[in-house]
Amino acid sequence: MSIDKLKSHFEGLNQSMQVLQVELDSFMANYCGVNIASDEFLLYVNIFMLACFVGYHVVWNVTPSLHTPLMSVTNAISGIVIIGSIAATSTSGITVNAVLGFLATVLASINIFGGFGVTHKMLGLFQNNKKGKQL
Amino acid sequence: MSLIGIGHIFSSICFILSLKFLSSPKTARSGNLLGIVGMFVAVCCALYPAQNAIVSIIGILLGGLFGYSIARMVQITQMPQLVAGFHALVGLAALMVALCAFSQPALFGIKVDESSHIPTKAIVEIIVGAVVGTITFSASVIACLKLSGKVGVTKSVLQKYWIILGIITVVITSIHLGDCQCGKFFAVSVLLSLVLGVVMVLPIGGADMPVVVSLLNSYSGWANAGIGFTVSNTTLIITGALVGSSGAILSYIMCKAMNRSIWSVIFPANSEGCEKSEHHGLSASFTSAVDVGFLLKNSGSVIIVPGYGMAVAQSQRAVKELTDLLIENDVDVKFAIHPVAGRMPGHMNVLLAEAGIEYEQIFELEEINDKFAQTDVVLVVGANDVTNPAAKTDKSSPIYGMPILDVGNAKLVVFIKRSMSSGYAGVDNALFYQKNTMMLLGDAKKVLEDTVKAIKE
Repeated sequence: MSIDKLKSHFEGLNQSMQVLQVELDSFMANYCGVNIASDEFLLYVNIFMLACFVGYHVVWNVTPSLHTPLMSVTNAISGIVIIGSIAATSTSGITVNAVLGFLATVLASINIFGGFGVTHKMLGLFQNNKKGKQL
Repeated sequence: MSLIGIGHIFSSICFILSLKFLSSPKTARSGNLLGIVGMFVAVCCALYPAQNAIVSIIGILLGGLFGYSIARMVQITQMPQLVAGFHALVGLAALMVALCAFSQPALFGIKVDESSHIPTKAIVEIIVGAVVGTITFSASVIACLKLSGKVGVTKSVLQKYWIILGIITVVITSIHLGDCQCGKFFAVSVLLSLVLGVVMVLPIGGADMPVVVSLLNSYSGWANAGIGFTVSNTTLIITGALVGSSGAILSYIMCKAMNRSIWSVIFPANSEGCEKSEHHGLSASFTSAVDVGFLLKNSGSVIIVPGYGMAVAQSQRAVKELTDLLIENDVDVKFAIHPVAGRMPGHMNVLLAEAGIEYEQIFELEEINDKFAQTDVVLVVGANDVTNPAAKTDKSSPIYGMPILDVGNAKLVVFIKRSMSSGYAGVDNALFYQKNTMMLLGDAKKVLEDTVKAIKE
């Protein structure tokens, strides 16, 4: 075999390797989490999973007599959706989005103020502080 | 590392601690304050970079005024419908935000393709937020109406259609995920979810409401989490998960306390009217407020068992009066609360707290069940099914397996009821006909006031 033929074979091989590399890269990017976008999503899923565990443990320790205030406080905290509605309102001009965002903000703050207010009222009723239970 | 990012982390910490502090009545109030602080910081962080902050601030003040006045005006006895109503607002707000994200994804930093095609992942998140939010909304509206007594139970064929509707919603939603991201499919999904929410709650009856309200609490959390994924905000995700798990745990506790699975609550079996069980020829003995007053005054220990009837009759103050009077007469008074007494988890506790009864006198089922045997008199105010021994003995009874308060073990049991009719479960209570049981019929408030008068004389 002449040197030229070897060279051309080598180049052909090189090209095939490059094509293979590109294919592998895109495969890795799409399915093996090397892509930045999917990294972010996985991060959020991680946070969500951890938060569920935290919620589980925290709520099991709430005494049954406080279950109603628990419901109204978690209700108030759900008003956190107001972050999304404020972001929706932050557009220039009176678009449909801005109106929707404004309405959502109003609804969410009814929840926030009402929820915390009602919880405060209820917890005030439990304020009798005596030393432990006598059974 | 932005200040706003730190602010968000701080809010999340506040919310987690807020729930943690609800472990005891002593720390609970600080927990509520922490929640307020966390919310304040989160809102400030959201307002700071926003363009039309003034508009949002106006919205917050408007809503805040309305919410605050509701909180001031509402009575503790209206708490169940209030909580249900608030859930509806959260669901609706979540739907609106999802709608905004769908029509203007760039606003929320959702990366869009060249043909303004929203990536599949983002669409799924938006749909979750929208559908769960809508279901929460319509289901909560119906729950609120039911708890206010404005809507009854509609056990009908609708239930079967619910399953079909649910499937259709899922199918429409998956078509949505495809290329056609037109508003039409979005609207159909939302409409179907609306109907789904209504149909889900309509067939469920009064005493199962605690489970429904807790479930809706949970849904509002998951809707929030969905929005959190859409808007890429960790505070929303964390808060959504917290609220979602809280509601889920409460629902689980309620179902355990009734010894029914969540499915039997959501899909209530169409009970074809329970047959009247025979009383073996026994009849109940009736008594009067005067006699009961005398009995109570001269007993050593009394346990009071409140039920939904006490709430309906608004008699918690009268209960407090009686309790104080008995304590003055050297009678030991305790309260026994069954987990599903009332229409909401912790319903009885809040009513008694409002009347001024100290929480150290109130005991849960596990704590007090073995004390009944040493008690002289048990006064059952407006409760029925939670005392029914058929739950232990009668396998065919709908309440079989439910943990009950063993009031029958006491020396004497007095039932205060409006009439001899059965309770929510529609079954007869064999306790009524036992030798050591007496029935005191009448409106709980009036009866208790008469008893108080009798003791004073």
